[in-house]
Amino acid sequence: MNKKDVLIIGAGPTGLFCAHQLGIIGLSCEIVDNLDKAGGQCIELYPDKPIYDIPAVPECTGEELTNNLLKQIKPFNVKFHLNERVEELKKNQNRWHVKTSGGVEFDVAAIVIAGGVGSFEPRKFSVKECEKFEGNSLFYSIKDKSIFKDKTLSIFGGGDSALDWAIELSSVSKVNLIHRRDGFSGAEASVQKVKELNDQGKLNLFTKYQMDSVAGDKNIETVKIKHDEGEIKEIKSDYVLGFFGLIMQLGPILDWGLNINKKTVEVNTENFETNVKGIFAIGDICYYPGKLKLILSGFHEAALAARGCFKYAKPDEKLRFEFTTTSKAAQERLGINK
Amino acid sequence: MAKITYHTHDNKTHTIDVQKGLTVMEGAIQNDIPGIDADCGGGMACATCHVYVKEEWLDKLPTKEDGEEDMLDMAFEPKNNSRLSCQLIVSDELDGLEVNIPSKQG
Repeated sequence: MNKKDVLIIGAGPTGLFCAHQLGIIGLSCEIVDNLDKAGGQCIELYPDKPIYDIPAVPECTGEELTNNLLKQIKPFNVKFHLNERVEELKKNQNRWHVKTSGGVEFDVAAIVIAGGVGSFEPRKFSVKECEKFEGNSLFYSIKDKSIFKDKTLSIFGGGDSALDWAIELSSVSKVNLIHRRDGFSGAEASVQKVKELNDQGKLNLFTKYQMDSVAGDKNIETVKIKHDEGEIKEIKSDYVLGFFGLIMQLGPILDWGLNINKKTVEVNTENFETNVKGIFAIGDICYYPGKLKLILSGFHEAALAARGCFKYAKPDEKLRFEFTTTSKAAQERLGINK
Repeated sequence: MAKITYHTHDNKTHTIDVQKGLTVMEGAIQNDIPGIDADCGGGMACATCHVYVKEEWLDKLPTKEDGEEDMLDMAFEPKNNSRLSCQLIVSDELDGLEVNIPSKQG
């Protein structure tokens, strides 16, 4: 059981900055995120794309923003629990008990939900029969690539994941790469490589095709793909891999008794607390009149929610407003020796 | 105002007066048309406002930016007449536009 003042759900920019604000006022926290790294949408959706509206930062990428935030919270030694999704929530007197998908447990005074638009889950094939094979011969991510050795794979998608895996696996497996159009969203160098491999006969590229159906007994045996103009091809396949990016799902948070307004959580604008005392929501996941889904709004919400947590974490103490420029206590917490 | 018609997957038709300058996505969200989620809020980062545009309107729409086509790779059952409704700004030219909303977004 991890006993801390606050649990932050979501390691995007808002969650990270909230950890900073909690640290400055002397509260401890840990962070849970469903992804395998910190950064949230910034890292998952636009790591290389520029952001122009972070105050005092004329231009930075999603990755740079994340790295700077991680650097900023370094003094607080915040523990991250990645690849974990919050599942259960229980109230125990004045504390919250939270359990994750991987069985990690927390005992905290307050919870800050900074979950963006929910937890990221892989986007799936729309063909119904795919469900039956999911996990045995159809995958949306690769955990153990050795199972594909000497097998025939059909990889669907046109982004970096699809291209990178098609290139890598083409050396040990027979790879079919299927994409719905001639253009690709992945890196140009990978696109060239795939075309080269296709020309050399080391990989079969099918563009303007999409999945039509899959068939097999226990495992997938064949896949039918359909051309834009209607022609259908049947290809033998031991495995099917789909890389269509991620979709966001609100998940178990929906069952926590919070007031939900179209996939967002209603909060007050004084401290961004929800209708449930001790549970706060900040960033893209919170809703209030006038809400803007901007990173800078998330930072403001983080600062106020962190202070809102104080009364739950330290009910007998009074929080004084201080500037980091002049506060000795804040500077000690930041590990600054002057 | 321009009239935009949304055909939802439950076979209902919603014809809405959408203010010029708003996007087809915003028109749907403000009027609670089911099936348009717009998770990212119009940033071309999620593909959950994906619609099928009635064929005769395709030529009248602004051309797709690269980012839109990339996101459509991620959409649920993309077709040749797929667009992200957050990229379609309502104007006099689009008065009468009809779109079909896929049975689900993702």
